[in-house]
Amino acid sequence: MAAFAVSDTPQGQRVVTLTGRLDAAALQQMWAPVRAAVAADPGRPVVVDASGVEYCDGAGAALLVELLRHARPAPVEVRNLRPPFDALLAQFDAKRLEHDLDPPARRVPFVEEIGRAASQVARDLRLQISFIGETTAALVDAVLRPHRVRWRDVWRIAERAGVDALPIVALISFLLGMILAFQSAVPMKRFGAEIFVADLIGLSMLRELGPLMTAILLAGRSGAAFAAEIGTMRVNQEVDALTTMGLDPVRFLVTPRIIALVMMAPLLTLFANVVGLVGGAVTMQTFGIPFITFFREADAAVNLQDFLAGFVKTFFFAILIGGIGCLRGLQTAAGASAVGDAATRAVVSCIIMLVVVDGLFALAYYMLDI
Amino acid sequence: MDGTRAAKGEPIIRVVGLDTGYDGVPILKDVTFEVRRGEVFGILGGSGSGKSTILKNMIGLLPPIRGRILFGDQDIVTAEGDVRERILSRFGVMYQSGALFGSMTLLENVRLPLETATDLPGDAIDLVARMKLELVGLEAFTGHLPAELSGGMQKRAGIARAMALDPEILFLDEPSSGLDPITAASLDATIRRLADGTGVTFVIVTHDLASIYTATDRVILIERRAKGIIAEGDPRRLREESDDPRVRAFFRREPEPAGT
Repeated sequence: MAAFAVSDTPQGQRVVTLTGRLDAAALQQMWAPVRAAVAADPGRPVVVDASGVEYCDGAGAALLVELLRHARPAPVEVRNLRPPFDALLAQFDAKRLEHDLDPPARRVPFVEEIGRAASQVARDLRLQISFIGETTAALVDAVLRPHRVRWRDVWRIAERAGVDALPIVALISFLLGMILAFQSAVPMKRFGAEIFVADLIGLSMLRELGPLMTAILLAGRSGAAFAAEIGTMRVNQEVDALTTMGLDPVRFLVTPRIIALVMMAPLLTLFANVVGLVGGAVTMQTFGIPFITFFREADAAVNLQDFLAGFVKTFFFAILIGGIGCLRGLQTAAGASAVGDAATRAVVSCIIMLVVVDGLFALAYYMLDI
Repeated sequence: MDGTRAAKGEPIIRVVGLDTGYDGVPILKDVTFEVRRGEVFGILGGSGSGKSTILKNMIGLLPPIRGRILFGDQDIVTAEGDVRERILSRFGVMYQSGALFGSMTLLENVRLPLETATDLPGDAIDLVARMKLELVGLEAFTGHLPAELSGGMQKRAGIARAMALDPEILFLDEPSSGLDPITAASLDATIRRLADGTGVTFVIVTHDLASIYTATDRVILIERRAKGIIAEGDPRRLREESDDPRVRAFFRREPEPAGT
């Protein structure tokens, strides 16, 4: 146990006597009162008598440094600290520890913060434009010289982004078809029009929901995976290694991913459309509409143009997801949270852009009367 | 450097009959040695010899296949709950990369163990953390993030964090790897100064000869093919006096002897 006593000598000195073990436990109880005893009378010289200190570790030394470090008119002196502890205390320069030599950065004013954010957005935009240019050039090059594409990577990524996504796409599309059918069948039944649920599901799945839901799932699975994968490569300097080997990171990393997604997204969308229709048909069974009637009705309601209107979008969605996922990965900064940030930004940007592009398609189809 | 630096104190760690490896396949068999209080102890060996595996066993990250690792009379291999916590609280570890938390400043990194393990007032924690950083010469970088520092500085900050709770034993995994000779030498000097000035026991895993001669008091040399310790003692004496060609080759930085 540690203890302390404070006494004033007739010569005007204050003597603080410390005894026992000076460690973290002692510091806890002595920190405030001992500091207060020394700080109370700045004009009075203080002698800290440490002859009774049996043990002193880093925390104990901190108490002594605390007493020594503050500037005051009269001096503070530590006396009679035993040799091994004396050597420990001698390792610290109490005066250097008086002030923080590297204080935290000042808080940035609000206006400056807005300015910085705006300039960041502008920088980001410029990067995105240049990335679109580089990616387009790389894709054109891939079309003109397909032998230069790393096809082994393309198949590997296609398997992960496409085949491995089948269960989740199936589950979501099936449930989506069921929910749509159920939600629309209940009110339509009142008008005896439940057969037209097949028209509704056929049109909405093929034109809108099939492509969009598949794209959102791809963004969450593959967009995030691309960003995390390339982000980790960036943190590990693998991207730098590619550059110094004379390999263009866009051609090496981005092109195979975009090609894989462009191949897989339309196939996954076809699959989602079919499974969604099956989901709707299953629900309509409970409303007394047999499978054959449901599919005949859906077939009559949907034409090739509707199918193509949805199908064409999937190629654009695939390029968008692959491009944004890879761009966010390549933009990964340093630090432990950077890869997580890159994946989050990839998913958020992908979903926003998917909805925007889908909206533009809807507008264009309306204008073109498709 | 004094070649006859005496071994200090009583045993603080005893490794007895240790078989270690991965998935039940031993890479080292029947390893026995002891670390004495206050010394800088080196675990040496070539790449893949199993020296980092022994370190993982000693700090409780990887259970060995067989054997005991005693801190006093407590075995970290079998210890559980409070007993294990008590053993772990006696040592600090600096990992090969420094393993600093990237989102925290150096001061916050060193403050973290103090905040979680003690009830000290905030300004006391602040001062203790700054003193630890001063011990490794980083008092002017307390507000920096690890990513803003060089590799050597990150390692020194790693040592400061490992020392935050005044451990009895500090384990350092490859402290000089990836550092330039001058930074490595300054890190060795810091280790030596801390060992002599604070009485902390150091266990260093390394294959850097310069660090071995400068910083360590006693070493064991482990070898992959022998699956165990092939030499133990003062590295300077082993270099000069060992009859074993494998030991001489290691300490003199010569190619592996043929037929071994």
